[in-house]
Amino acid sequence: MVVAAPFSTQAQIDLFAEKEEEVTDIVTATFKTTRVVNGHSIENVGKGILDFRILHRFGQFSDGAYNLFGLDQASIRLGLDYGITKNWMVGIGRSTFEKQYDAFTKVRILSQTTGGRQFPLSLSYAATVIYKSVKNPTTTYVPYQSDRLSYAHQLIIARKFGDYFSFQVTPTYFHYNLVQTQSTPNDFMSVGLASRIRISKRVNLTGEYYYRVNKLPNPDYKDALSIGFDIETGGHVFQLHMTNSTGMTERTFIHETTGEWGKGNIRFGFNVSRVFTIIKPKEFRNPAGL
Amino acid sequence: MKQMTKIAAMVLFMMSTQYSQAQKVYATKTGQIAFNASSPIEKIAAINNQTDSKFVGENGQVVFAVLIKGFKFENQLMEDHFNENYMESTKFPKGDFKGYITNIKEVNFSKDGSYPVTLDGNLTLHGVTNKVAATGTMKVAGGAPEMEGTFKIKLKDYKVEGLYIGEKIAPEVAITVKCKYQ
Repeated sequence: MVVAAPFSTQAQIDLFAEKEEEVTDIVTATFKTTRVVNGHSIENVGKGILDFRILHRFGQFSDGAYNLFGLDQASIRLGLDYGITKNWMVGIGRSTFEKQYDAFTKVRILSQTTGGRQFPLSLSYAATVIYKSVKNPTTTYVPYQSDRLSYAHQLIIARKFGDYFSFQVTPTYFHYNLVQTQSTPNDFMSVGLASRIRISKRVNLTGEYYYRVNKLPNPDYKDALSIGFDIETGGHVFQLHMTNSTGMTERTFIHETTGEWGKGNIRFGFNVSRVFTIIKPKEFRNPAGL
Repeated sequence: MKQMTKIAAMVLFMMSTQYSQAQKVYATKTGQIAFNASSPIEKIAAINNQTDSKFVGENGQVVFAVLIKGFKFENQLMEDHFNENYMESTKFPKGDFKGYITNIKEVNFSKDGSYPVTLDGNLTLHGVTNKVAATGTMKVAGGAPEMEGTFKIKLKDYKVEGLYIGEKIAPEVAITVKCKYQ
């Protein structure tokens, strides 16, 4: 009602000369989609959007010509993600590797802004629970259902440096309910590093590396390193990459990656995402003139 | 002393409104601007309900301003592409129109009714300014005017470029404006 008050001055009002207030702009598209390669990115799916994701990894190059350099094999995770609000998403998935089921929630806590009120970083929290449903190979120990569970807690800190470069650090706490020996700890720390470099308007180069601060005792486990391309095609983002991880859950790719880049244990993989609008934005519920 | 000048200013302000009814400024911060760039292949439409607009009742001077990122699409990914690849919203966060309602004299704000209006002015989008003209109607009901209008722009006039323009995206975009003023 204040603006409704007729105001006036001695001189002519000039709307063109009115000073514009500086706009606070929330940074968007730090990464192109909700996963960098295997791990979470800072991005969420939009409110009311259902995202069907097919994550696929072939076998290793080092398997040689007999297995067509890995193309004969496959490891898959099928997932459904949903945006409850702009800043809160949930998701479920099923992996062929160890017949794992997983569920996660991701919440945006802070957003990077520019312009009027500036803030340098975006911050999210992601929590994942993983259930390993594969049957126990031995009968010496029959696990409880809870033994099959493991948990990841991640803080995702990201910054977009202009249109061409984004960087993300992901400190991760991981808990196994059951480990192989009594002397093995149940809790593990790791730090994920991820980046996106824009190559063209539709193609971005991505990289993701998880450094394990403390490790499972098995020396075959390596740090996960993945390099890929995000390709935007109208309705979805198509991700192509090379990775040394077999699985696509936090449990498998962070702490149980067996491949070694130097030995050619590299897998070609892709993520396909297809989004469906379940709840239309409120602007579209009574579309006038559209 | 400061207090005194403040009071004096307020009194002056209140008095001045008594004198110059015609100098009334109508304003809104919740005007609607929608656009449609649909092609036979794909529906591309967005709505912005946070349009800032003002006009002067006496001489028809009118301004509209929107945040480009305030345009909502049904598809989130389309919205990201719109901002990042086409409108470059970080570089050009605002779009505005500054101009005149050329036949403002024909609108009687004290009499309810629907008056045809024509607008003439400069539209700035994507950092490029062009002259545009639009026709619409001014509906007056109980002293509160509501302006509605439609016009078309060519994307290439505003140096908006991209792979799909002319294919999935119509090269000419229809813009609809609907603002209720107070």
